[in-house]
Amino acid sequence: MSGENGSNRFPSPFNVPTPEGCEGWQDLYPYYYVFSEDRREFEDNRFWFQDAMHHPEPIYPFDTITCESWWVALGEMNTRVFIVPPALGIDHRVLNGYLYISALPVPNPDDIPVRVGHFMERAGYYYQHWDELYAQWQAKAEEAINELKAVRVPDLPEMEPINVVVEGRGLTSAYDLIVAYNRAVENMHKMWHLHFEFLNLGYAAYLTFYGFCKQAFPGISDQTIAKLVSGIDVILFRPDEELKRLAHKAIELGVADVFKQTVNPNEVVATMSASDAGGVWLQEMEKSKDPWFYFSTGTGFYHLPRSWVDDLTVPTIAIRGYVEKIQAGQDITRPMVAIQQERDRLAAEYEALLQTDEDKKAFREQLGLARTVFPYVENHNFYVEHWHHTVFWNKMREFGKLLTKHGFFDEVDDMFYLHRYEVQSALYDLIGAWGSGGEPRGPKYWKPRVAKRKEIFKKLKAWSPPPGLGEPPDVVTEPFTIMLWGITTESIQNWLKPSANAADTKELSGFAGSPGKVEGVARIIGSVEDLALVEPGEILVCPITTPSWAPVFTRIQAVVTDIGGMMSHAAIVCREYGLPAVVGTGFGTKVFKTGQRLRVDGTAGTVQIVE
Amino acid sequence: MNTTLYILWFTECDRSQQNLVGGKCANLGEMLQANVRVPPGFAITTHAYRHFMHEHRIGGEITRMLASLDSDDIDQAEETSRAIRELMEATPMPAAIADAICFAYQELCAECHATDLPVAVRSSATAEDLPGASFAGQQETILWVRSAESVLRNTVLCWSSLFTARAIAYRQAMGFPHEKVHMSVGVQKMANSRAAGVMFTLNPINGDRSKIAIDSSWGLGESVVSGVVTPDNYLVDKVTEGILQRKISPKLIAHVPNHAAGRVEIADVPAERQNIASLSDDEILNLTILAKCIEGYYHVPMDIEWGIDGDLEFPENVMLLQCRPETVWSSKPPMRVIQQSGTALDFVVANMLKGVRVR
Repeated sequence: MSGENGSNRFPSPFNVPTPEGCEGWQDLYPYYYVFSEDRREFEDNRFWFQDAMHHPEPIYPFDTITCESWWVALGEMNTRVFIVPPALGIDHRVLNGYLYISALPVPNPDDIPVRVGHFMERAGYYYQHWDELYAQWQAKAEEAINELKAVRVPDLPEMEPINVVVEGRGLTSAYDLIVAYNRAVENMHKMWHLHFEFLNLGYAAYLTFYGFCKQAFPGISDQTIAKLVSGIDVILFRPDEELKRLAHKAIELGVADVFKQTVNPNEVVATMSASDAGGVWLQEMEKSKDPWFYFSTGTGFYHLPRSWVDDLTVPTIAIRGYVEKIQAGQDITRPMVAIQQERDRLAAEYEALLQTDEDKKAFREQLGLARTVFPYVENHNFYVEHWHHTVFWNKMREFGKLLTKHGFFDEVDDMFYLHRYEVQSALYDLIGAWGSGGEPRGPKYWKPRVAKRKEIFKKLKAWSPPPGLGEPPDVVTEPFTIMLWGITTESIQNWLKPSANAADTKELSGFAGSPGKVEGVARIIGSVEDLALVEPGEILVCPITTPSWAPVFTRIQAVVTDIGGMMSHAAIVCREYGLPAVVGTGFGTKVFKTGQRLRVDGTAGTVQIVE
Repeated sequence: MNTTLYILWFTECDRSQQNLVGGKCANLGEMLQANVRVPPGFAITTHAYRHFMHEHRIGGEITRMLASLDSDDIDQAEETSRAIRELMEATPMPAAIADAICFAYQELCAECHATDLPVAVRSSATAEDLPGASFAGQQETILWVRSAESVLRNTVLCWSSLFTARAIAYRQAMGFPHEKVHMSVGVQKMANSRAAGVMFTLNPINGDRSKIAIDSSWGLGESVVSGVVTPDNYLVDKVTEGILQRKISPKLIAHVPNHAAGRVEIADVPAERQNIASLSDDEILNLTILAKCIEGYYHVPMDIEWGIDGDLEFPENVMLLQCRPETVWSSKPPMRVIQQSGTALDFVVANMLKGVRVR
């Protein structure tokens, strides 16, 4: 293994220079969220890796609220609730705008036996009562979303309405505004607590079964293990099912030709509105929207990119794809019975290959537990990152709108260049001025600062963060680090290689995300807005795919991503679509060019340029 | 002796006739009954062998030669072996057997619409009371035999291969009487293999039974069997039938028939074919299904020789040449994954404590 200067280490966080023109970037983030001399000894002795899966780009100051929420929630479930025997939580730092994370081990290994006892009691309770607790969880999650929807962002009127007087309310819009903001922020924290209530245990159970399979059937593919465990009726597929329903409806109502003329969502809606049948179809779409279009076209962690419900581009392209398929006589229904039968066949045949009764019993029980936990693993994402966060970002935009109206910003989304404590103080600035009848400092204070931050942000975006910082440990025990980020010997070694020279590279390897081998023409897509450019039969090469891109996959042959691990949200969906995928290639979007012919082997995890 | 029992077609062979046709031919018969594609052919039964040994009383002579053999004297063993084999090869084939073999060969030619059909002549030994006895490396295979007269000559060579010095030493070491071992001979249409090789219905590296391991190279399977090339190697998941691993090796030479000279030769593989895969994915899948079918029939891990016939179209070109039970891993105690039983929660804890090594 060799890194900088042939060493085993990544650069120290204290030796990474600030990109030119980005001086003062630390002001965009809370004081505790950056590396500092105050904790240098601790920070310099740890291994940090860049969380390119969730935060491949610099974090908007306001959007740190999601990272900070999961920082607390993931950690406390490991450390304070379930007492995961060998691991504490995952620590966070931002460097040059990028999120670096580090799994913390239990400091004194002698504590582990005691922790095992606590874990058995606590995790044991959850595993034993999983189904009822999970049913309760779904109710709690929906309640939290409804609470957030119910938060009303008041305007600040010239004069309070008369009922404030005649009802003797004593409280005003200013008070309501502060409460609304605090409620929304609290609600975000609440949702992330719920996110991790089950996830750590879910991953631990899955990883145990995964480890058994890898030992019993050396070389068995990750996809096969996932297939043994995956649910059949998964909520994550529901948005796509709605699109299929709408495609069928369009044909049934005789309005499917609209999609042949345009996939511009505004034009589709305008054309549909012009006819009675189209009007009926639009009503059908409205029925699907809540909640199934609350589906982010990104990871959901950021206020951008937007969700289906905000921008109908992705659903429109996908519906066109389904219309074409149905009209070509293809059956687009998910073969639920076949998927179920295949899952049962795989399980029975692998079990039969085991040679002792003890092994068979262990296989059955571990598979049973993995299947119990998996619906949560597969479904939580829709509730939290998609449904809830779509509501959350739009709720935040209401505050942004109010501040813009009062001259604090030029445009609504400028608010996201302030972190959440700054927004809170801006709101206080506003109500102070409103209450007293004076003048807020905000408009003069924030506009130049936002302009400066936009400049810094642009430069941070152009900077390439090192994949790791500090010295890698010998062993990782933290379940998320293994399962979600796919931290392995190979990935660390790859990172330590001097960065690939794009001009000379003809082949990249990554995780075998979804099996199959194809050749086709590459299409490099940087963001969701470019998805409409994809031609049928092309190979999509992109930084990261999210489940909500998947419906567009009906038009393409294969997917190659820069980022992703074995259980990355994208990999689950690619397997479902039977689409070859190589995820986590590191540099796919840099090495490959649109128009090049690529050979994608989703079974071996390789992508080659065909001469 | 009933002369009609000198020949049994593979289609008439099965396990119950092991003593008559040997393990190899019995397995081919079984496979035909399981509807596996096998090149056609027939077995020259052990009746023929015994008749031959009786006819000129050479059996008694050989027994006497072996009786005086000192098992520790290697030179003497070699000498005796040579003398026995010369005696056998000099003994004329009894007419009744010769007629039966020639007739069968002509019939095989007719069935394959060829005159002078190239065949492989292979020994198929049988040893009563010694099931599963392996005479590895002590049996004869002669390829590309293409006349009745040549089949006769090579049949005797197969018979005499029972008396190589190694075979003799092996039986003496096992305390097994020489006269109880008999030899059947298989005569089988040569597969004109474009690619061929060996596959196991387990991973021979670690005994993992969820895999099928395929070794494959250009030309006839002999280059893989004899180890003169490093073959391409494929590892296939037996359950999903997905190809997990492909190692393509430089395949510099191949066993190929020289039609003019009427024999098999070792030839250089053209440079542009050395480093490309010798099997297509479809062929790998087809071999996988073949392997699963054979293992499913015998209920034990199997060792299978196969060929992809260059004269036929896929999938008719995928041929079983011979198969036998795997012996190395099958004779070991069953493999265990878990060392200590426990609840699923116990395993979760154990797995967490183990962690994942990252360097």
